Amino acid sequence: MNFIKATLAGALSLSLTAPAFAAEDTIKVGVLHSLSGTMAISETTLKDTMLMLIDEQNAKGGVLGKKLEAVVVDPASDWPLFAEKARELLTVQDVDVIFGCWTSVSRKSVLPVIEELNGLMFYPVQYEGEESSKNVFYTGAAPNQQAIPATDYFLEELGVEKFALLGTDYVYPRTTNNILESYLVSKGIAKDDIFVNYTPFGHSDWSKIVADVVALGADGKKVGVISTINGDANIGFYKELAAAGVSADDIPVVAFSVGEEELAGLDTSNLVGHLAAWNYFQSAESETNAEFVKAWKARMGDARVTNDPMEAHVIGFNMYVKAVEAAGTTDVDAVRAKMYGIEVPNLTGGTAKMLPNHHLTKPVLIGEIQADGQFDIISQTTEVPGDAWTDFLPESAVLKSDWESLGCGMYNTDTNTCVQIKSNY
Amino acid sequence: MKNTFLMRNPSVLIFLGVLALFTLSVTLLSEATGAALISTSFVKTLGKTLCLCLIAIAMDLVWGYCGILSLGHFAFFGLGGYMVGMWLMYERTRGIVETSLAQAQIPPTPQEVVDAIGTQIFGVVGSSDFPLVWAFADSLPIQLALVVLVPGLLALVFGWLAFRSRVTGVYLSILTQAMTLALSLYLFQNDSGLRGNNGLSGLQNLPGLDEVPQSVVSIWFFWVSALALGLGYVLAAWVVSGKFGSVIRGIRDDEQRVRFLGYSVEGYKLFIFVLTAMIAGVAGALYYPQAGIINPAEIAPIASIYLAVWVAIGGRGRLYGAVIGAALVSLVSTWFTGGQAPDVPLGFYTIKWVDWWQVLLGGSFVLVTLFAPKGIGGLFDLAQGIVAPRRHGQALGPGQGALQEKEAQE
Amino acid sequence: MRHFLSFLLALALLALPMGAAAGPVQDILQSHRALIEKSSRKTIQPAIDALANSGLPQAQTLLETWQAKDMWQRKSDGLFFLGRSAGNGAYDLIDFDTGDSVGQADKGDLDQLKPNSGIRALIGTALVQFQLSDPDPARRWDAVVAIERAPAADHLAPLRKAVTNEPDAALQAKKRRLERLLTIAFDPELSSRIVAINGFRTDLGVDVRATLNPLLSTQRRVFAGEPDKALNIAAVLKPGSEALSRDAAYDMLVSAGLAMPRVSPAEIRNTLAAHVADGAVGGVPLAQLNTDAARTRAYAALADAGKAPPSVTDADVDAALASHSFADVYDEPAKAVTDAAQEALRAIQLRVGLNQALDLGLDALSLASIYFLAAIGLAITFGVMGVINMAHGEFIMMGAYTGYVVQQIIPDYTLSIIVAIPMAFAVTFVAGVAMERLVIRWLYNRPLETLLATFGISIALQQIAKNIFGTQARPLTSPAWLDGAWVLNDVVGISYIRIAIFVLALIFLGVFLFIMKRTRLGLETRAVTQNPRMASSMGINKDRVNMLTFGLGSGIAGIAGVAIGLFAKVTSELGSDYIVQSFMTVVVGGVGNIWGTLAGAAMIGFLQKGIEWLNPSNTLAAQTYMIIFIIIFIQFRPRGIIALKGRAAGD
Repeated sequence: MNFIKATLAGALSLSLTAPAFAAEDTIKVGVLHSLSGTMAISETTLKDTMLMLIDEQNAKGGVLGKKLEAVVVDPASDWPLFAEKARELLTVQDVDVIFGCWTSVSRKSVLPVIEELNGLMFYPVQYEGEESSKNVFYTGAAPNQQAIPATDYFLEELGVEKFALLGTDYVYPRTTNNILESYLVSKGIAKDDIFVNYTPFGHSDWSKIVADVVALGADGKKVGVISTINGDANIGFYKELAAAGVSADDIPVVAFSVGEEELAGLDTSNLVGHLAAWNYFQSAESETNAEFVKAWKARMGDARVTNDPMEAHVIGFNMYVKAVEAAGTTDVDAVRAKMYGIEVPNLTGGTAKMLPNHHLTKPVLIGEIQADGQFDIISQTTEVPGDAWTDFLPESAVLKSDWESLGCGMYNTDTNTCVQIKSNY
Repeated sequence: MKNTFLMRNPSVLIFLGVLALFTLSVTLLSEATGAALISTSFVKTLGKTLCLCLIAIAMDLVWGYCGILSLGHFAFFGLGGYMVGMWLMYERTRGIVETSLAQAQIPPTPQEVVDAIGTQIFGVVGSSDFPLVWAFADSLPIQLALVVLVPGLLALVFGWLAFRSRVTGVYLSILTQAMTLALSLYLFQNDSGLRGNNGLSGLQNLPGLDEVPQSVVSIWFFWVSALALGLGYVLAAWVVSGKFGSVIRGIRDDEQRVRFLGYSVEGYKLFIFVLTAMIAGVAGALYYPQAGIINPAEIAPIASIYLAVWVAIGGRGRLYGAVIGAALVSLVSTWFTGGQAPDVPLGFYTIKWVDWWQVLLGGSFVLVTLFAPKGIGGLFDLAQGIVAPRRHGQALGPGQGALQEKEAQE
Repeated sequence: MRHFLSFLLALALLALPMGAAAGPVQDILQSHRALIEKSSRKTIQPAIDALANSGLPQAQTLLETWQAKDMWQRKSDGLFFLGRSAGNGAYDLIDFDTGDSVGQADKGDLDQLKPNSGIRALIGTALVQFQLSDPDPARRWDAVVAIERAPAADHLAPLRKAVTNEPDAALQAKKRRLERLLTIAFDPELSSRIVAINGFRTDLGVDVRATLNPLLSTQRRVFAGEPDKALNIAAVLKPGSEALSRDAAYDMLVSAGLAMPRVSPAEIRNTLAAHVADGAVGGVPLAQLNTDAARTRAYAALADAGKAPPSVTDADVDAALASHSFADVYDEPAKAVTDAAQEALRAIQLRVGLNQALDLGLDALSLASIYFLAAIGLAITFGVMGVINMAHGEFIMMGAYTGYVVQQIIPDYTLSIIVAIPMAFAVTFVAGVAMERLVIRWLYNRPLETLLATFGISIALQQIAKNIFGTQARPLTSPAWLDGAWVLNDVVGISYIRIAIFVLALIFLGVFLFIMKRTRLGLETRAVTQNPRMASSMGINKDRVNMLTFGLGSGIAGIAGVAIGLFAKVTSELGSDYIVQSFMTVVVGGVGNIWGTLAGAAMIGFLQKGIEWLNPSNTLAAQTYMIIFIIIFIQFRPRGIIALKGRAAGD
């Protein structure tokens, strides 16, 4: 019943709907992923992953002697609907935990609701950082777990001296490119050597942009492309890249949003050698991964592939199960307290640890695209702790998040004050 | 005067009565003020539905009465939402920033406060300066005025240009669609100063009212939405009654003849276009604080086409038809996509409504257009025994003016 | 180097367990084992050098194996082998020194070495000495490419030697060109460099500019007094000019330690906070410190008391800037070289500019042909028949999915495209005819309702496609002969697939004109469009003509779908991406006239590329402005570019 106390003053009326909550002897898991609309392409897979994990856990006997029950809703890629559905999950369905969201804007839409009602959500996608909510655990990569290491790889291993940052025009590419620009400048790359371009969602006419990138090579510096191009638009981009004969040895492209699923939509034989940076690839060699891929293919069909956000859900789910067992209850505050420091194996042979800033430790993998649409992992770091507030932008360098000891997600280390408890945006 | 107006339009009284009854029953069943049989999220859904009904009335005015099929009214709806969202975001952030800065030893300068608000709002989209469009964000009265002024001005400029050059029919529809597409693409850019794809979020939290629970806030907004809908309905009914209404209906049926009769067709159309844009702006300003977030995807062309769909299904040319259409389709849509609708097992295939709802919607829309051009509103005619007189025999002949009908009788 | 190497070798021999039957190359590998296992471009060089300079004949094979990711390490003893897959996850291990197989091993017992592309490039550079005169032309080609990627001074001499006796003409030309580029960069002889530079004045190659531009690289430097005359100075800069703002100039002085740093408002604030005493700082009460003026006063008091560094005034800045000068100095000391390079680049730049305009024109033409292709079906249904078909985009999508399905059945890409095009036409023709018969026929006198009914069909079709094919994008792969691009030079190039779309658009234009002007169907269509009653009276079956015309328009949309799917993506939202643009193309061009559609597509294509060129970093803005332009354009020409006049215009 702490759940009730922790909510705002409206709890009085909420408690009237709560008896159902107490009487249930299943643990309800809300799945908040778009099953229709533009994002269904990515999010449906995550819904299926959750259902598979829940079935597997139930086969093992559930949690705390209770069965898990999935409550699937469809926010239909409609951002306001995410908030509405989240409220419905928490108040009408009384779920104990939510696994959901993909785009940043959907997460921003859900945040105020989930903080108001003191819910618990696991967010599985790599994102732009600059956020740390008390009620959200971020199991995807923060910029320092994907973008920065990939840029380091470009600088150190490939000797890239000139950067083209291509992205779809929305907040993740914008913020990531901002961070990268200031990071590259700090690494001695001149501002003139950074070319930035933003394209709309689903952009298909790439000839001019690819020509612009090739022309960057004219001053004798090695050019590299960092792509935060999202979803379908990648297909046109890579087709144009292949048509222009841009070899990965001349102009390497590293993508942050291209995984096994996206490559299934095109012929990769002309793209061999281009790169992607993730925390997981299907080709990762570990026993747990082999099992996971096998179970997935058995359930969904041989043609289906696994990808990074799926691994994030696997980690998040296992952590939640472990934390609930440790807490002996599904009460949000009790579970949250047990989450810190919890460790579960990831699928790449290492361990993921939950940090007090609600982010994970994750290894950074860099893979080269192969002709069969899979990635050849050519670089794997040790686990990197996720940083909620990037060190490479002046405004956020002074901020840190520590929910365990400071109880604050946005703590200014300059003035030693907590800027805000609730993350409003 | 008012009496005669109400006497001539009994449907207005009936509508207001039904709306009042509905508002009262929701109030009595809600969590904050009643028996808690309706959850807060559903109160919000109902409140939003009322706002959609309001914009549907605007759409009915402009399309059903004036014959302008605007496929861009959600642009005005969205603009209204943005205007009120700016104030909500600015004020709430100012509260947070001032509390935070008050903890420091040195009191902040006003400029520092504004800078900190800017960093908070725009930090996430990689900027920290206030763009020009936020100039009045700190003033509630100005922003509220902008809720009607900005959509009104856009409609005025666009309508003046379009009607002046006699763009009509489907051309105008495509042009309005282009307008809303351009606006949404513009707002998608981060440089537009309205936070790009992220839009304005956290709008459900009212500044200074942190202690008021959402269950209460939601019922407040529900009341205001119901009030706005009631007023909007009366206003629309008043506009379409009397001589003015006859003229705009005349424009719908034959623009040329009305023009030859000496009426300034462009002026009438412009008035209706601007008025409905303002109503749409008000509806949007009430809708988005309940939705919690507004972003450019809201004003993509598809939204405006759906608006036309609602009105057509409900029944054009009658205000209650628009309201019924908007309420029914949006609520049924919520029900189907919410996963509550039971699956239909067919043995070889199971129909999941999440997958098939759109097909059903599209199909039923075709059927309504083909077989029930009056929409659901036509049922009321049927109940009252009103049968439209058959005025022409086009089904027989290849076009107007053909003599086949006459020949067939002979 | 040799000493170091033998030392390493000795060390390695000592360190190794003598039991391992190691050959000399294996020994080198083992001595650098740690570097090779955890390879990084930054650290791997000694290992590569050791192998390349070992003088061993096996070294070349080994490096090539390593580069091709075929080198494996046995986990049990850490030895390196060439691994060839023997199937079933097993690998044949081949010893580098002897070239003999040493048996098979399971994949689980082996580690594959995966050099990243940075290391592969280093290996490539090391291989140059072996490959430059290799009997295999492919290897020689590799060597030349490796030099191109990482040119170095010591490549010049071997390359010159390798130019003259090169039998392959193409390769020799490539080598010769590379030799001249290396001459520019590395030849010690000033005159030969200048000759080489001047020889490239008309060359558009990116590699030429990539060689010349570094010659002109500059450093911005501060001088006390006048700049040093002995340096090769590119330009002397005045502070406050466009190239160098006063702030930037002063910052340079500060970072060179020649001036006092300025105190920022944040620093003032922090300093004040650090000196709070009795609720006041520098005599100013805390509560008053919420204005900049008060803070400046308080800070001045602190500075006077010596508790803070004094703030820098504008006068200080002026004095500091006046006593120094600023200049961009070439890294290249020889003025003759920089002058020649600048001259050559200027000549090249002009040609590059012209060619870029040409390339942009080609891009625009290509975009226009795509829009035209997407809109031509609409030009028939909307333009000729006056039917608004919002499901037109979905017909394009159906065509693309037909192409995908055909490709699943017929794996040969060329054949499948040949089959897919008529198939797509047939499928969408039937769909179009069905739609006309079932829906549109009943709504001919209600155009706005046609719009809405077809929109209903559009959302239903889109969702059905999602239900059948899933939301994931599907591959539609073009045949190999459409891969690649037609490259005129390094600036101008266009992919073959775009050329094919352009040709297809031309063919359609021809087909459309032929059908409309030369066939009975065309005649009847025009008759029905212009005056349906009269046409009926002349015995034309109006319904049949409308049905066939609509089917034709839809069928063409299907073929357009195959083409668009080939160059972009196949998803259920493919159609809705093109529908608004298609309508605008038709409306801007002028309804009822195919030339109008052509003009509309050309205008939109060129306009969009033009705006993209003006604002290269934001393609989204380009689209926004294009639509706004179209809206304004229609205000002035409501009937489009080519407007029908007289009776045909109807209303």
